[in-house]
Amino acid sequence: MSSTTNYILGVYDDEDEVLHAVGEVKAKGIKVEDVYSPFPIHGLDVAVGHERTRLPIAAFMFGTLGMICAFSLISYTMVFDWPMIIGGKDFFALPNWIPIAFEGTVLFTAFGLVSTFCISNDLWPGNKTLPLDIRTTDDKFVMAINVDKNKVSAADIKKALKESGAVEVNVK
Amino acid sequence: MAGHSHFSPANVEEHFEFTSEGKKRIIYAFIAGVVALVIGIYLLSKGEAGGHEVAAAGHDAVKAGHEAANAGHEVAAEHVSGGAVSHQAGAEEHYDWTNRIWANVWLNAVFFTGIAVVGMFFVSLQYLTKSGWSSVMKRVPEAFPKFLYISLPILILVFFFKGDVIFHWMHHGVTEVGNENYDKIIAGKSGYLNKNFFLIRLVVFGGLWILLWNMLRKKSLEEDLNGGTEYFTQLVKIGTAFIVIFGASSSIFAWDWVMSIDTHWFSTMFGWYMFASWHVTTYAVIVLAILYLKDKGLMGYVNENHLHDLGKFMFAFSIFWTYVWFEQFLLIYYANLPEETIYFLERWEGHNKIYKTSEILMVILNFLLPFLVLMTRDAKRTRIFLKIAAFLIIAGHYIDFYQMIMPGVVGKHGGYGLVEFGMVTVFASAFIYVISGELTKASLVAKNHPFLPEALHHDI
Repeated sequence: MSSTTNYILGVYDDEDEVLHAVGEVKAKGIKVEDVYSPFPIHGLDVAVGHERTRLPIAAFMFGTLGMICAFSLISYTMVFDWPMIIGGKDFFALPNWIPIAFEGTVLFTAFGLVSTFCISNDLWPGNKTLPLDIRTTDDKFVMAINVDKNKVSAADIKKALKESGAVEVNVK
Repeated sequence: MAGHSHFSPANVEEHFEFTSEGKKRIIYAFIAGVVALVIGIYLLSKGEAGGHEVAAAGHDAVKAGHEAANAGHEVAAEHVSGGAVSHQAGAEEHYDWTNRIWANVWLNAVFFTGIAVVGMFFVSLQYLTKSGWSSVMKRVPEAFPKFLYISLPILILVFFFKGDVIFHWMHHGVTEVGNENYDKIIAGKSGYLNKNFFLIRLVVFGGLWILLWNMLRKKSLEEDLNGGTEYFTQLVKIGTAFIVIFGASSSIFAWDWVMSIDTHWFSTMFGWYMFASWHVTTYAVIVLAILYLKDKGLMGYVNENHLHDLGKFMFAFSIFWTYVWFEQFLLIYYANLPEETIYFLERWEGHNKIYKTSEILMVILNFLLPFLVLMTRDAKRTRIFLKIAAFLIIAGHYIDFYQMIMPGVVGKHGGYGLVEFGMVTVFASAFIYVISGELTKASLVAKNHPFLPEALHHDI
């Protein structure tokens, strides 16, 4: 987190409270950046207003790429580079290629998706990102509001968080 | 997520009304089917019905073009099929134009029996796995097995009176040593493939299906009246018993009803393959039935989350069908044993190539299009895409069963003519009529199902 960002954090004790608080805070015209929780809360992504992940599109592309690569590899080796007769079939024996294409599709999709997910969530090896509040890994729920992206004043945001049931309001 | 929370188990009861107008429409469809069938039969009796001749002529033109280049290959293929189908040359001599009618009756009876019984399988599976989400829509598949009362007797009657038309192993004298039709391979299978044992299997397992469905249906309706979790426990037991029986009987009926048509040929994957085909078709029928009811303004509590799950089932089982179908093909293709490859050669190269188009079309309809149409989350939650995919799947799997049954029964006399369209219309309208009648007999939602509140809040 760069030092110029100005966050106000509302700390909550209970997942139900934080779920309702998101709605209350947003109703006052305040943009909620994100909510941090030790475990997934059903419906929270909708309440915060996150867009749906675009990972499925990436999956389709990785899968298509994997299929093309597998087809190219097997066709190049078995048809052009070193043609071999196996079981009396044509050199280009399409049905035999399908299991290989399937494996290539699965392999590329799996590795591609894990890599994309980790990179897009700052989880690459060696990266040390500290949570905004270390207690979100234990028993606290934190609503983060970016002051710079809000037209509402910092004082009003703090007040709104308090009113919505936050046990603590911190600035970071 | 909060949108449908105002439904509570107490106020969801609603009934489907099978209006006289609706009945009339289905009866008109039935009559139209009968008329098409009669004209088709008349054309058949006058000689070959139209339809396939055009297709065959088209193929001949294509074939002529290929022939120069592939002469050697064609001859080799013809040679293989000629050698292995020598037994069918005998069958051809007995060919009678009415055979195609009986083949069609058998095809549709098998197809719709499958849809009916998998309705029961689906409900049983939901009880066995104690699934919550499906309790809002389980009354729809629960009504399907009613059609078994019509389709199973048809299977029994056709087998009893016209079995020799459909099954090579029932031809006169094939198991009789010294008879000119004697066939050693079929004689070796006669301990299993004989008229009495076949009928026993059909009656016993078919009877068990109907019996267990009646038990399940009765308990399910009593639950509506009285409530209480003891009904659920009993339903789980009935469902489990059915799954055990269905596990064996679905494979056995796949061998009996379909695989034994090509008596010399066998595949250890055939039970799975036919079950996969039945299964995915039934999901498509369930989806269409629910969407029809929703269009009527009923089943408002079945929201896009439940449809999404059904869409996932259609998507997944289309791929499952493809997997099974392709594995069966690939192993046979790879091993290249003449007695196994004959099955696919017959459908690809044999019978003047009249089955080749269907074989290609089937893979497009059953795999490629559902795969692409239902791939995204939005498509599985949008009614129009679900409808398109469901229609494609039903048409594709009708063709799948056509491909399983027709080449072995009518061979080069097959085709898509008025007989086929008439017969499928007759069966489909009878199916819709029976199922609609059964749907009116109970509330569309099992209002005392213990998991109903969970299903009403289903959110994915």
